[in-house]
Amino acid sequence: MSTDVRTQPTGVAGAGASRASAARGWLDARSRFLPVVATFVLFVAMFAAGSLRHENFGSPQVFANLFIDNAYLVVLAVGVTFVILTGGIDLSVASVLALSAMVAAASLEAGWSAPLVVVAVLVLGAVFGTLQGLVIHFFQIQPFIVTLAGLFLARGLCYVISVDAIAIADPTFRAVASAYFVLPGTSVGVTPNVLVAVAVVLVAVVLLHLTRFGRTVYAVGGGESSATLMGLPVARAKVGAYAISGLCAAISGLLFSFYSLSGYSLTALGGELDAIAAVVIGGTLLSGGVGFVLGSLLGVLVLGTIQTLISFEGTLSSWWTKIFVGALLLLFVVLQRVLVRRRS
Amino acid sequence: MSAQQLAAEERGPGLVARATGSRLLWPVLALVALLVLNTAVNPGFLSVEVRGDRLYGSLVDILKNGAPVLLVAVGMTLVIATRGIDLSVGAVVAIAGAVACTSVATAPDPSSPSAAVVGMSTALAVCVLLGLWNGFLVSVVGIQPIIATLVLMTAGRGIAMLITDAQIITVNNPTLNAVGAGFVLLLPVPILISVGVLVAVALLTRRTALGLFVESVGINPEASRLAGLRSRTILWTVYVFSALCAGVAGLMIAANVNAADANNAGLWIELDAILAVVIGGTSLAGGRYSLAGTLVGAMVIQTLTTTVYSIGVPPEVSLVFKAVVVILVFLAQSPQARGLLVRRRRRPAAAGSPRGGGRRAPGDGAGSSGGTGSTPVREDAPQEHQEVGRA
Repeated sequence: MSTDVRTQPTGVAGAGASRASAARGWLDARSRFLPVVATFVLFVAMFAAGSLRHENFGSPQVFANLFIDNAYLVVLAVGVTFVILTGGIDLSVASVLALSAMVAAASLEAGWSAPLVVVAVLVLGAVFGTLQGLVIHFFQIQPFIVTLAGLFLARGLCYVISVDAIAIADPTFRAVASAYFVLPGTSVGVTPNVLVAVAVVLVAVVLLHLTRFGRTVYAVGGGESSATLMGLPVARAKVGAYAISGLCAAISGLLFSFYSLSGYSLTALGGELDAIAAVVIGGTLLSGGVGFVLGSLLGVLVLGTIQTLISFEGTLSSWWTKIFVGALLLLFVVLQRVLVRRRS
Repeated sequence: MSAQQLAAEERGPGLVARATGSRLLWPVLALVALLVLNTAVNPGFLSVEVRGDRLYGSLVDILKNGAPVLLVAVGMTLVIATRGIDLSVGAVVAIAGAVACTSVATAPDPSSPSAAVVGMSTALAVCVLLGLWNGFLVSVVGIQPIIATLVLMTAGRGIAMLITDAQIITVNNPTLNAVGAGFVLLLPVPILISVGVLVAVALLTRRTALGLFVESVGINPEASRLAGLRSRTILWTVYVFSALCAGVAGLMIAANVNAADANNAGLWIELDAILAVVIGGTSLAGGRYSLAGTLVGAMVIQTLTTTVYSIGVPPEVSLVFKAVVVILVFLAQSPQARGLLVRRRRRPAAAGSPRGGGRRAPGDGAGSSGGTGSTPVREDAPQEHQEVGRA
């Protein structure tokens, strides 16, 4: 199968037909982007509403704090996006996050040097994800079940390491945790975590949209059998997506340990739901093949804004967060459903 | 189990082949292995004795503690048979407990039987509403079940906390308590309820065509509709039933400890229930189910938890233990993994008979709860898929 068939789907058609199909393609593209645009509009509207209600809400620092407080969730959601794009699901991410933070804290306590710990944790996460991917692909066990076992395994290993929280006293980690940059030309401060999260998002965007691997991920999500019959490296893309998810969870764990300066086995309990909710609110279809990493970033920002709004509100109790997130999920799911129906 | 052996004997030849090909084989072996392990560590494990009007023993404890998961898993089995999934059951468990305990606590006479009855019926009515909601999203709006129920899973605990005002509501009502900790005819009430529901569902779906309808919706809802089935009604019913099962399980859990804990009641129960169903040989791809398998699956999970405590594994390690067992059971069930093993064993003998892997006699997975439940159409679907995957 030659590559130009794939890269020029509309170019071979006649002039009149190509005009019609171009218009349809544009419509398709528009409806493909629509959930992301809707998420963006929602985010802006919520932020604007907050700014109108509360005097200090509209400051750039509140906006920056969304990133500071949710940097770990951004990275987590990016990893999950890859897996969901292939049509799978990864329930283990929050447990791998906790395990990574735990391993980092424990090995630092045992006297390992900070760079070694960072490398070890990243390798651990990637290996964990890869193993899950291998089992899912080669033994054809449902991703839901495999990553559920992964969830239990990683969370259990946290308890094995320590039931109590381990504080991090390492000077390098403490230095990173207390570091604070003021963005040039503004008075807005951000932490290194934010830079890492933004970097992860950028790398993910490049990987998904500008590489062969990224195209294969979309193709696998669109139809695994078709992708296989086209001769695409399905195994590599699928296992790769789980490996990336594991790696992102490990990065996320490191970010969390910078944020909290400790490892604790109950860290991010239920965080996999937040990550999946962010991905869905960001416009990615759980059936795979459709979605954007930037959408997931917006999804996390929306979740963060809800939390900030509720804390600004003062009188609302924290459980309203859950109800709001559920309602938003519903809104976006119904929106997607309407779009998909209209397209087909 | 015994009914399955009986069925195998009826067909005479090929008993061993049938037993080794059965989807129930590995879960049952896992259960037996766990029981043997327990007996080896604690010789009194299998003994059951009558004290007063109650039956005591580890086996009774396992059944009693496993009753909520079993009940939720029975509801989940039907949902999964329609190619769906219900992630919201844990939240429904919490809501049921919250509604019942709040209602009882605010009743004029909190310890009267009537307060308990009102509380429990209110809770179950709420659960039916929640099930209707899930069913509406799945069958009318047409949202994928995993997301449709994710909505309630996320929002549900918030709603439960709204009801209890984030407090742990304690109640002191003997009638309510009996649902979770009472004994009738020597046996704990939760066991009677769960097994009763299991048997009722088995009879209802396997002695009538209802089970076939459910499976047919799982294979292809559109084709089932064209064939004259009310796919939408069936889908709606299974979600309502699942929520109702979760609600009763929630009542058991709340009644057992005389309190509603919106944060922790039924935490992870959806995962345990799905595991129980899948360990029992029901495929997440829908179209077939085994209630006997679900029973075995739920018992494997509960025995595992009990084993961890009884053989002295630190409780912290129990999750790791659980994960390892789950992985082993699934690898044992995976046609690919078994194919690898068989091929390796066959190679020296150079025998080419294609007996390995996933080819099974139709109906093996349908289990012991009646003989009607095989769907031969489904048998070939995964096989084809694998061949495409290898091409």
